Amino acid sequence: MTIQFNDETFRDDYSFHNSDRALKRFPFPFHEDSYMYSVNMEQHQGGPSDSIYEKRFDVDEHYVSEMRDRAIVLADDPLRCQSLPHMTLAGWDLLELIMVSKSEDYPDLFELHRDGDQWRWVNKPMGIDDSFTFLDEATLPYGPMEYITRQTQGDFAVLDQRDDNLWMDAGMITTQADWSLDFDIGMNFFEWHAPVPLAHEKGIFVRALKFLLNIQQGAPARRLNWTLTVNPLLDTSPENYHKWGIQKTSMTPETVGAKQHLRVELQTFFRLPRSNALVFPIRCYLCSFQDLTKTPKWARRLHRVIRDLPDELATYKGFIDNRPMMLDYLSQFDDGLPTSLGIWPDLDTEPPLQKG
Amino acid sequence: MSGAQKIPVTVMAVVPLNELVTRFEFKRTDGGLLPTFSGGAHTVVEMRDGDTPRMNPYSLMSDPMDQRSYAISVRRDDAGRGGSLFMHKNVHVGDEMVISNPVNLFSLDLRAKKQLFIAGGIGITPFLAQIKQMERLGGRWELHYTCRSKALGSYVDELTTQHPNEAHVYYDDQEQRIDLTALLDGQPIGTHVYVCGPKGMIDWVRKTAAAEGWPRESIHYEEFLAPQSGKPFEVKLAVSNKVIQVGEQESLLEAIERSGVDAPYLCRGGACGQCETRVIDYTGNFIHRDHWLDDAEHVSGEKIMPCVSRFEGKTLVLDR
Repeated sequence: MTIQFNDETFRDDYSFHNSDRALKRFPFPFHEDSYMYSVNMEQHQGGPSDSIYEKRFDVDEHYVSEMRDRAIVLADDPLRCQSLPHMTLAGWDLLELIMVSKSEDYPDLFELHRDGDQWRWVNKPMGIDDSFTFLDEATLPYGPMEYITRQTQGDFAVLDQRDDNLWMDAGMITTQADWSLDFDIGMNFFEWHAPVPLAHEKGIFVRALKFLLNIQQGAPARRLNWTLTVNPLLDTSPENYHKWGIQKTSMTPETVGAKQHLRVELQTFFRLPRSNALVFPIRCYLCSFQDLTKTPKWARRLHRVIRDLPDELATYKGFIDNRPMMLDYLSQFDDGLPTSLGIWPDLDTEPPLQKG
Repeated sequence: MSGAQKIPVTVMAVVPLNELVTRFEFKRTDGGLLPTFSGGAHTVVEMRDGDTPRMNPYSLMSDPMDQRSYAISVRRDDAGRGGSLFMHKNVHVGDEMVISNPVNLFSLDLRAKKQLFIAGGIGITPFLAQIKQMERLGGRWELHYTCRSKALGSYVDELTTQHPNEAHVYYDDQEQRIDLTALLDGQPIGTHVYVCGPKGMIDWVRKTAAAEGWPRESIHYEEFLAPQSGKPFEVKLAVSNKVIQVGEQESLLEAIERSGVDAPYLCRGGACGQCETRVIDYTGNFIHRDHWLDDAEHVSGEKIMPCVSRFEGKTLVLDR
């Protein structure tokens, strides 16, 4: 299916928007009417046609504009992309993984031609046609990780694996939910997760680490995570909190439906073959409350999840102050009817909203 | 079940190296490319030995960047449970086999200023791939390799010809020994040590390095345990609602698989943790042999690693 790329912004005038097709494939993260942390991992081996799970690296209508936004962030703050010296090989692994995957999964958009170490990469949506020598950094305009992640949606944490732990030793982080690569660089799995409430007590991280250490070549995994963001901002970094944090106070009952966005991360995990490192792509999908409530099942469920979320989580995710306003807005759609299990919209079987 | 898809391969070459060791080379049966891997990785080779399925892990020793073929070297173990004997006696050029994707539990620490490899006997195999990786990346390395005798020195000629300055060989029958204390003492700061060989050698290197004040994180070792035989025992699998018998010569994991229950595994050697299984109830004694669970977990009676550990007693109920 051909993708029509949007011309849109994630800052200033916020012209970001989702087409009907994008709404239909939005990864709604709640499989039931309540939410608690879990190690909700599954194999990342495809999914329903045109779902965000179908391809190894999903490319959608926001691709070109997201890459433009990333370039702006990097121009302002080059430390959003860092790679410790021992991670260069992992960067080449990642470059190969993405180039091979995208050229196989989207042959009309991307081409990879290989003759031994002489590679040619064609990225049609971004107008790129580069030839280079694999494993020779001098033949690329950036390091291998930076080169390929300037052309791939989502953040990328590249984790070294040693001493039975994972280490945040490289990454491209410009679309993050309020964490900083520059702060976390070099930390291990438990160190960088230290701020997360409740999950430690539940032993979530010990189990999650065991799982991740065992991710194998040829068997990538995935999960969804979520938070809420006011305005369709990709860059909600601690570095720029002074710019976006204040926007959380700008919502009114009239604007909450348009400004309040559900921010969903498709997190995937791939073992990198040559380096034995692990790459953790974190792909961000945004959808406004007013667009979400067009899907009856999601309208009902979103209200119930936000309403019943423990205060610690609402605080950690940064929306406890705005929760009453959100609930006023969302409750007008929730007619109290039961919802079907699972994340899919079930448009054919879920009854239309009786309210709203 | 190990999650990743298995790789169907065809045996391209069977090369006896000496009285005990034979090299097997594989290519993809469908003609495609094999995955690249990192030096130190192993693959699990599946064998059909009559009615007995066998799955043994072997270190990949070929060039990790060469996707056309994989090579492993198998040392014949006449006293073992039969996997290596099967490879030596029954595997021929042209045979089709199934192997796992590469898994690395012995990877290089790429931060190291220098890699110091210490090998004993067949323990040379992961280093052959790591050396090729270091040569490609331009890293500094040194190998100290002990063999029983010249006749049993697998790959000695290749190593000493190609790397006369880096490769050092010691023959037991000539009373040659690694002077480990002096060797460790002479290393630059930032060196990482890797040891693969018999258990006694691994213990010796770890103890000596610790006594010399080396950081624990700088010493890496790989020791695959082969499952050991033992008295037969009965197990109830609660989730699958089956009662199975574990025979004298098979592991608990193999018995679970034989009963048609899909259990997770990776290394099948007590190291990776993938097959960890919760114990629901038991009356008897565990014979824990893995490197994964800690001492407290071993005495707790709550977990077992079915790839290498066994049980003696009346009742064992597992969450599987």
